[in-house]
Amino acid sequence: MADRIPILRMGDCLLVSVQVEMHDQLALTLQNDLTEKIVAARAKGVLIDISVLEMVDSFIGRMLGNIASMSKVLDAETVVVGMQPAVAITLVELGMELPGIRTALDVESGMELIRELIDGQDPDADDQD
Amino acid sequence: MPTIKTDALPIRSDEDVVRVRQKVRQWATELSFSLVEQTKVVTAASELARNTLVHGGGGEVTLETLAEGTKRKGLRLTFQDRGPGIPNIERAMTEGYTTGDGLGLGLSGARRLSSEFDIHSEVGVGTSVTITRWK
Ligand SMILES: Nc1ncnc2c1ncn2[C@@H]1O[C@H](COP(=O)(O)OP(=O)(O)OP(=O)(O)O)[C@@H](O)[C@H]1O
Ligand SMILES: [Mg+2]
Repeated sequence: MADRIPILRMGDCLLVSVQVEMHDQLALTLQNDLTEKIVAARAKGVLIDISVLEMVDSFIGRMLGNIASMSKVLDAETVVVGMQPAVAITLVELGMELPGIRTALDVESGMELIRELIDGQDPDADDQD
Repeated sequence: MPTIKTDALPIRSDEDVVRVRQKVRQWATELSFSLVEQTKVVTAASELARNTLVHGGGGEVTLETLAEGTKRKGLRLTFQDRGPGIPNIERAMTEGYTTGDGLGLGLSGARRLSSEFDIHSEVGVGTSVTITRWK
């Protein structure tokens, strides 16, 4: 099984497309790799495409939450895109609401959302959050 | 209630947990579970397999296809380990309770995602969790 999920760079954004069965170590490695890449690339946005994931359990859900809050600390916006409806329904029943995670339907609208979030940040404004 | 088909898989590594998900998905598909039903039983299986691995120190899962009459079909999964056992099952079943660094969602979530849920545990002997999902 693969031991690493590739992270692509597009301008000031990082793009991750989860392509394989997510075993736990793979999820942890992705979380660590992304932290390093956000810093190294001075990324402002992170887009995670999970459209091929047929299941998100508490471990993967927790990883997505960790990535979102970690990127916030590093001043980058994370958007998760493409969650299948059956996965979303199951997550709610599992008891995971994924608080603090921004989602979009597909990569395109996810990129738009990231752009809005980045451009919405006024560098001269007082820090309010 | 006749068992139509049965199989067992070891749970000793992350990769085994993935294999459990795949096999449960395959069997649920064979039973013509809807996509949502498949996803629910696979997710419950993933939670319980991880518990077997992480808290139980490894073990195995038994899969059974059940038929009641000609119409009602179900998938039963039994996760077994010879780990430390659970001293207080009621507390372990409480949403948010964890002795590790998880979210404490696995057991309560797996129960909600299943039609039937059964847990037996003895300290120093091990734990067995059985879930059934009826179509
Ligand atoms: N097979 C097992 N053997 C021993 N203890 C177990 C077993 N399964 C669960 N437990 C105990 O029950 C607690 C709750 O389990 P549950 O799956 O709900 O949450 P978790 O595994 O701690 O976190 P999460 O599943 O959200 O990642 C565990 O922290 C552990 O103490
Ligand atoms: Mg668990």
